[in-house]
Amino acid sequence: MTVELLVFLILSALTLGGGMLVVTTRNLFHAGLYLMISLFGVAGLFVLLTAPFLGVVQVIVYIGAIAILIMLAIMLSPNITNLPNPFTAQWPVGAALAVIFFVMLITVVTPVMNELGADDWVNSDQLTVDTAGDVPADGIATLGEELVDPHKYMLPFEVASVLLMAAMIGAVLLVHPGKQAEDVIEDVA
Amino acid sequence: MVPLWLYLAVAAALFSIGMFGVLTRRNAIAILMSIELMLNAVNINLVAFWRYQENPANLSGQVFAIFVFVVAAAEAAVGLALIISIYRNRQSVIAEDVDVMKW
Amino acid sequence: MDVNWFNANYLPWLILFFPLLSTAIIMLATNRSVVASQAVAAGGIGLSWVLSLLLFAKTVWTTDKALGQDIFGSQLDWMDIGPYTFRMGVAVDPLTAYMLLMVPLACLMIFIYSIGYMRGDPKNARFFGYLSLFAGGMLTLTVADNLLLLFIGWEVMGFCSYSLIGFWAHKKSAMEAGVKAFMTTRVADVFMLVGIGYLFVMTGTIDGVANPTLNFRDLMYNVLPGSAIDADNPAYEVGDPEAEADAEGEHAADAEESHGDEHAVGTTIVDKLTEVDAPLFGVSAATLIGILLLIGTVGKSAQFPLHTWLPDAMEGPTPVSAMIHAAAMVSAGVYMLVRMFPLLSAGADFHNFDYNTTMILMGTIGAVTAIGASILAVGQNDIKRILAYSTISQLGYMVAALGIGAWVAAAFHLINHAFFKALLFMASGSVIHAMEHGEHHAHEDGHEHAHHEKPDGLIMDYCAPPNNIQRMGGLIHRIPVTAITMAIGGLSLAGFPLITAGFWSKDEIIAEAWHGAGSAPFPAFVLICLLFGALLTAFYTARMWFMTFWGTPRSDAAAYAGLGSLRKQWVVFWNRRAMSKDTKLTQEPITARDRLSANQMEFPLAVLAFLAIFAGFIGIHADLVGKNPLHDFLAPTLLHHPVAIDFDILPMLFSMAIALLGIGGGWLLYGRKPVEKGETDPVEAQLGPQAWSLLQNRLYIDIFYRKYLLGPVEWFVSAEKWALPGEEEKPEDEQIKVSLSDYIDKGIIDDILHWIASVFSNLGEFCKRFNTVVIDGFIDGVVYKIGDFARWFRQTQTGRVQQYLLFVTLALLAIGTLLIIQVR
Repeated sequence: MTVELLVFLILSALTLGGGMLVVTTRNLFHAGLYLMISLFGVAGLFVLLTAPFLGVVQVIVYIGAIAILIMLAIMLSPNITNLPNPFTAQWPVGAALAVIFFVMLITVVTPVMNELGADDWVNSDQLTVDTAGDVPADGIATLGEELVDPHKYMLPFEVASVLLMAAMIGAVLLVHPGKQAEDVIEDVA
Repeated sequence: MVPLWLYLAVAAALFSIGMFGVLTRRNAIAILMSIELMLNAVNINLVAFWRYQENPANLSGQVFAIFVFVVAAAEAAVGLALIISIYRNRQSVIAEDVDVMKW
Repeated sequence: MDVNWFNANYLPWLILFFPLLSTAIIMLATNRSVVASQAVAAGGIGLSWVLSLLLFAKTVWTTDKALGQDIFGSQLDWMDIGPYTFRMGVAVDPLTAYMLLMVPLACLMIFIYSIGYMRGDPKNARFFGYLSLFAGGMLTLTVADNLLLLFIGWEVMGFCSYSLIGFWAHKKSAMEAGVKAFMTTRVADVFMLVGIGYLFVMTGTIDGVANPTLNFRDLMYNVLPGSAIDADNPAYEVGDPEAEADAEGEHAADAEESHGDEHAVGTTIVDKLTEVDAPLFGVSAATLIGILLLIGTVGKSAQFPLHTWLPDAMEGPTPVSAMIHAAAMVSAGVYMLVRMFPLLSAGADFHNFDYNTTMILMGTIGAVTAIGASILAVGQNDIKRILAYSTISQLGYMVAALGIGAWVAAAFHLINHAFFKALLFMASGSVIHAMEHGEHHAHEDGHEHAHHEKPDGLIMDYCAPPNNIQRMGGLIHRIPVTAITMAIGGLSLAGFPLITAGFWSKDEIIAEAWHGAGSAPFPAFVLICLLFGALLTAFYTARMWFMTFWGTPRSDAAAYAGLGSLRKQWVVFWNRRAMSKDTKLTQEPITARDRLSANQMEFPLAVLAFLAIFAGFIGIHADLVGKNPLHDFLAPTLLHHPVAIDFDILPMLFSMAIALLGIGGGWLLYGRKPVEKGETDPVEAQLGPQAWSLLQNRLYIDIFYRKYLLGPVEWFVSAEKWALPGEEEKPEDEQIKVSLSDYIDKGIIDDILHWIASVFSNLGEFCKRFNTVVIDGFIDGVVYKIGDFARWFRQTQTGRVQQYLLFVTLALLAIGTLLIIQVR
């Protein structure tokens, strides 16, 4: 067992364990904390995949912004952290579907079926690949350049900024205390 | 190196966990958190495929992951705002309670 | 990417960008301020106009040398579809340049006019936002270099027309008209989209095509590699004056030669498509695509089966009508057909009068529309509706012209029509404005003011009072500028010989039809329809103008009508008599604001009146003036240059005679002795109230058949010469005589009927029993069961989003399973 595999397993355990706790914990506040752990595991996986920039962005944006935002929302809304029953009545069905879905994905994206003896289930050569080309040393710089390169991703990049802006304005409008929904509806009518 | 399929398996598991949460949690904020898990699973896939392609100098996978970040951030902001405004009107964040859109 | 925006290759982007930018600015920023919104809208379209002029000048300068081989344009990668890249871009070839000469100018005039027209409307800013978007959509469509971008512009316009026709949505009729326009065009658009998709797929299957494409040049101009027999194509090579002269030849021998060239230039994708069989109807792929695209135009340009939305579109504000009927929307349909002409005519050898299915369909639809709509226009009282039918009919001309292969003539008429129809619509808007004004004053002065109930929804023969030409008359004294400009527009529409634009373009279409009429039945049919249409066009135009402006006012509103600009000295001088007769007007206070509005409305009229006359002189037949600049300019647009037909004096004399005949007829009926108040419309008197109301109800009753087909029928139903069976014993003078139809009806048929009826009534009684017990029982049972099922099934609609998601997940699993099975 190489060190890399060990690190991978630890990070995966963090990610999946955190995720599992997020969806099962009764206390919403705790769920938020577990979410951070899970997101941190994902960031670690990014670093392991030699995408350190994404790892850092993951920490900053996801943990630093989104998870914190969720935590703040939880704290600002009283009486929503502890519901008597955290699951809907359909939870057994949901769980079954999730498991079936997982099994289906696993059969496709891993060589497990081939291991089990199914002939030619998926093209396992591509899945078991454990060597990859070298990541260029200036990958982060290239990434930055490509994002603002008109021939590459400038247009989507700008559109994304507009999207963020619109989301921000929309969020402010939605929670603006000046107008309740009924008033807005009356205004429109 | 760790083989590609391990990453894919982790992503699949995380996605299914998120799906379970979305399908079964009553609290809307918990649903939102589950959606974040699913988006992260997608990101793991994107980055893993980027890493294991023949020529990692093609950065499309990473760029795509960044756009997923952006969308996730926007979604979180709007989603939370929606939840808060629903909470104000109905004193509840239980997704099942918001069921006026039916016959 | 270094983009020099002053490079002509990038200019087209800016042309469509500015109106769209105006829309964004108006919607997001200036929507609280009317003046700012108007300025932004007019500024955006103004910039587009300037750029278009620049581009046009550049095109003229370039095409002199390169003859359309080089076009201006640039493209960017739009999206990757599998291994292919779909490129989106703009291109300006001579046809586009010609359109760019018209569209932004007409739009600009409409914008200026709207500023005056929409004054005081509370939703002014929104109106200008939509209008800018509309202009942006039209310009996108014009400069697009592929069908998909064209379709995007097309749909943007569809949305804008919906929101603008229904702009006064508080009127139920306006709302319904908007929905009607949207839905009707949508039906056609779906067909068109299918056609585009099919075309895209089919291009991918052709040998030698690297990328499936929708690009106009790739489809119809660029010769497939390896198929160019005459690769250098010397006839069109730059800088070879001799060959150039051959290619542009106007004489028969040259025509023959360039005709011979046709197959020497090589094969394009479109030519290849004729060899592929379509899965439906046993036609070739090119034909099927052509017909699908044609259906799109039939909807957008309001051709015969789908024309019904356009007259109702008059519910919108008048500038919108001008926009829809002149500069944009309906022009778009014909423009698309002209653009795709090589596809539509693929496989046809129309120079030798061999037409393909698409062309025959196109010609028939166009010809039938041209004549049908002009018949209906005769029977309308709503000034805008007359113009609406006139538009439909003129578009029919263009479509028919394309059907017989005369695409240059169609483009020519398209532009001229846009100018004079925009003029006519805006003039009619100013008439309506003046009438509303008059209505208001008549009311103030205590005169009769009929309170008109607004109809609830669309009613076919309802005519809003200010639009009703029966209530007008004598308006030339009140709004002289409008009257004169509208006369110019009307003359152009009627095709007044030699001096109007409409004459030259219409004449060219008729000449082309004439050219073919001697050799094949199809152009002969088209020719007859078009000539009849031309006659009626001239007639109803004259009727409209004389009813509106001539004679004496037929209502108080008309007597008090005015735009507020009457005080200008020259008008007072020109019209002193009318002024002295009517002292009311001189006392009427006119504010500077009123006068400004009036000027804003009259200035565009004057500009367009100028164009309605002079826009036609660029396309006069080469044999008359030595050179036909328009033909030479447009010809290189397509790979196969159009052949200019020889000049023939006969069709020209014919179309002159017909225009004069129509106008003369209108003068005789309406001008010589103007219709007085309370008098019946002469056409109405001629036709009788039934035919009149049928026309007004827009039913397809062919009034010309009335005399010959309905005459005997009338005798049959009304001549009372027959005695009923019971009356025969009575003395001759006591007998009640009835008409033959009544006799047959009451005397003969009734008896038989009574007997039959009794049989059937017994049978019916039996059936009724059977029905109630057996059939009803069965059907009711089924219905109740379905109802029970529905009540049970709707419980799945809980409104709970997570439950829906559960179903989605189930579906996802099902699809995933299918995929796995399939891949295995």
